[in-house]
Amino acid sequence: MARTIKIDPITRLEGHGKIEIFLNDDGGVDDCYFQIPELRGFERFVVGKPIEELPRIVTRICGVCPASHHMASAKAVDGCFGGEIAPVAKKLREMYYQAHYIHSHIAHFYALAAPDFVCGPDCDPATRNILGVVGKVGLEIGGAVIKARAMAQDIQTILGGRATHVVWCIPGGVSKGLTQAELDRIKPMADQLYDFTLFSLQLFRDVVLGNPGYVDLILNGPFTLNVHNMGLVDANNAPNFYDGQVRVVDYEGKEIVRYEPKDYFHHVAEHVEPWTYLKFPYLKQRGWHGFTEGIDSSIYCATPLSRLNVADRMATPRAQEAFEEMFSVLPQKPCRALLAQHWARLVEMVQNAEVLKNFCADPEITSPDYRVVPQNITGEGVGIVEAMRGTLTHHYTCDDKGICTSANLIVGTTNNNAPIQMVTKKVAQALIQPGVEVTQGVLNRIEMAFRAFDPCYSCATHTLPGQMPLEARIFQGGALRNVLKQNL
Amino acid sequence: MTETAKKLQIALYWGAACGGCDVAVLDTNEFILDVAAIADIRLWPIAVDGKYADVEAMEDGELDLVLFNGAVRNSENEHIAKLLRRKTKLMVAFGSCAHIGGIPGLANRFTKEQIFETAYLDNPSIEPGNCTVPLPETHVAAGALDIPYAYKRVYKLDDIVDIDYYVPGCPPAPHQIKAVLLAIATGNLPAKGSVVGASNRTVCDDCKRERAEKKIKKFYRPWQILQDSSKCLLEQGIVCAGSATRSGCGVRCPNSNMPCRGCYGPAPHVKDQGAKIISALASIIDSKDPQEIDRILEDIPDVMGYAYRFGLPASLLQRRV
Amino acid sequence: MSGFEPKIVGFLCNWCSYTGADLAGTSRIKYSSNLRVIRTMCSARIDPTFVLKALLEGADGVLICGCHPGDCHYVEGNYKAMRRYPLLKKLLDDFGIENERVQLEWVSASEGRRFAEVVDKLTEQIRELGPCRVRSGLALDMAER
Repeated sequence: MARTIKIDPITRLEGHGKIEIFLNDDGGVDDCYFQIPELRGFERFVVGKPIEELPRIVTRICGVCPASHHMASAKAVDGCFGGEIAPVAKKLREMYYQAHYIHSHIAHFYALAAPDFVCGPDCDPATRNILGVVGKVGLEIGGAVIKARAMAQDIQTILGGRATHVVWCIPGGVSKGLTQAELDRIKPMADQLYDFTLFSLQLFRDVVLGNPGYVDLILNGPFTLNVHNMGLVDANNAPNFYDGQVRVVDYEGKEIVRYEPKDYFHHVAEHVEPWTYLKFPYLKQRGWHGFTEGIDSSIYCATPLSRLNVADRMATPRAQEAFEEMFSVLPQKPCRALLAQHWARLVEMVQNAEVLKNFCADPEITSPDYRVVPQNITGEGVGIVEAMRGTLTHHYTCDDKGICTSANLIVGTTNNNAPIQMVTKKVAQALIQPGVEVTQGVLNRIEMAFRAFDPCYSCATHTLPGQMPLEARIFQGGALRNVLKQNL
Repeated sequence: MTETAKKLQIALYWGAACGGCDVAVLDTNEFILDVAAIADIRLWPIAVDGKYADVEAMEDGELDLVLFNGAVRNSENEHIAKLLRRKTKLMVAFGSCAHIGGIPGLANRFTKEQIFETAYLDNPSIEPGNCTVPLPETHVAAGALDIPYAYKRVYKLDDIVDIDYYVPGCPPAPHQIKAVLLAIATGNLPAKGSVVGASNRTVCDDCKRERAEKKIKKFYRPWQILQDSSKCLLEQGIVCAGSATRSGCGVRCPNSNMPCRGCYGPAPHVKDQGAKIISALASIIDSKDPQEIDRILEDIPDVMGYAYRFGLPASLLQRRV
Repeated sequence: MSGFEPKIVGFLCNWCSYTGADLAGTSRIKYSSNLRVIRTMCSARIDPTFVLKALLEGADGVLICGCHPGDCHYVEGNYKAMRRYPLLKKLLDDFGIENERVQLEWVSASEGRRFAEVVDKLTEQIRELGPCRVRSGLALDMAER
């Protein structure tokens, strides 16, 4: 008699989700499904709104990466106004965005991911969390982590007025600039954050790379997929989280496509399955061929590791050193070992900190000309940024009064829906074997598969699918058990 | 004789939410360590590994406190809200969505079918020829899969369960969260049903901008003029909900040079925040001529969006008919 | 809709429109009995909340009456109603409430006959629209999801 194991809810991530594992008679895994139960409807309910309101509404898609949506939205809105924007506003936005990345990456690494490595994947669930991490590393380090994330949030607040759910970007620029006094408060924090990013890399070396069991898990465990990679790059093929072209590279390192934001819908489409509210993006030109790996696969990841996989170099020197170190240890580039995402995240943070410091030293950054009054409404725009969890696309149209007529979003984590489904199943099949006791530690290791992606399911499930007139017939053991009708 | 104080048993949970309220709790910084010293966090999906089965195994009333953020949009949100209500002594509607419906509440202007169409059918990115939609139950080769049933509208939390306190804000300001948690830990709470973690004034009262006289011949969208950052936004013709919104947020949006959109909800004793917002806007129109009034009002598009940005499910009419 | 008799709430200002309604009565003018009158001192007193509450409580329509512009007993009160009303109408439209359900009319103390005509016309318009679905819809929301 087959039975199921349910992990509900999945934890130490942003958003709702559950994992349903079907066992076959001998106790091995028959199948495994990663389901997202959430839905809200942003793409519909922003229609009819003044387009300038969208950047401050779409932040509420996610409270961990609100500025990602704010920036992508602002760029799409810029497009609706013919791209007219004060030059220093672009710098200010990109500066803010680095601090935003740092807050989120610190939160993810220390609060969401570290418990599995510092406390251990099998430890008591009651202590396998940020509080358990602080207990293990001590209050001094714990305090430093909290202080660092607080500084990243403070920098955002000083610069843009708010951290969570910032309301700063406006057609033509941003609503407030940076005064010298404000910059003087940010500078020392930026320096301390730079030191903290290096400290985090060292902690990773000590705790993770220094533990042969973890290295083995990363390099040789089942947490690997032969799928492709997507990320934003600048003209030098270095990651740029705020702007650039989207580059897709296959897992052998060959470029599949490189596109401008406005061309996104030629290259990415979304597949629907009935057992989850979240859609599955795939490479449109290749078509949907199911959850399959391989060089011809249309499945891709968009993650910190993907960003580094598609990049030829980093944009800043110390980050470049960290990038070279990482790929000297990992077996190949592009790297397919998905747990390496935790490392990639910390390498990125170094670039975030260096770019932040560069903006602090930019004499134009305190310019009072942070806004212009746009003169034309041109009616359409696409904004793409790298959200911390993946390539984020906002596409808007508006009428001649600047009222939104449509919105289409492809969100960071959504890109990774198929890879997460695939790797979760792979790991479940590897870890749940006949005769093996399924402990909470085993289930936690299955959760570690998605956790590496730093998923954000509030982001991913901005949409509400609604109900069609349908009849569903439920069978068990060949016999019809139930007939469900909706709207019939 | 000394008795070791029993740790408070608390849970934080999210309905149709974004995670911002949870981040706001983390933004109390070192205070979270003080909380951990006096409380066991039994469920907090963003940060700890408690599962639903752990909650189901609890005794009724075993929890001392639940902070529930997010609105109720599907059957899982409702089920867990009711489960937690049974297992806890105090239940707090935490943040805008739980308090008044929040941004997800904007969906109450549309039908489920319209939203579905945008997500799955009439969409430039959907797989060409797609006819599949998510269903509450799907049969796959290995067995049956279920996902929550999506409701046709958004409900605020007290539409679904009895609520002890409300903490407003999108998200609640971290210093307010600290104050609320301290009040709960010391048993220092006002009457049941109160709004806590906020003031009894309006955002307008706390805003530092200069206010003179409001006589509006023209309303402006925020990008249409370079505003004077020392003067009242509404006086410059920019729609701002500050006069009809409860304070406690620190006036964080007008301090960013952006108008208030009402996330802390209505001022004390006000039944319908949007009615007050439109009253305020109407009262400053400088005209006695119906045609001129109509022309002036043409510059306010999407009246419902300004009146009920965060509180549509909490409005008297709650949703589009 | 056969058998449907609209319930209409009427907010009448004390000085002009309530007196006008009174005049209709003392003049023995016959008109629809669907209006439930609530007297306020001035049309300025009509908070949009009252209109929303009336619909929530089951009213099928709402009539707001005040003095003609320029004749307000408090000089400018009716101008406040004049400014509030179009915003309220836009809001009601966003809620999907049909345009005819809520109306504003200026009625003077001497316009007894006119008042009766206003009420008859409004009643007929709402009779044709059918019941307002606000209250029944929200009751259904609480009963089934």
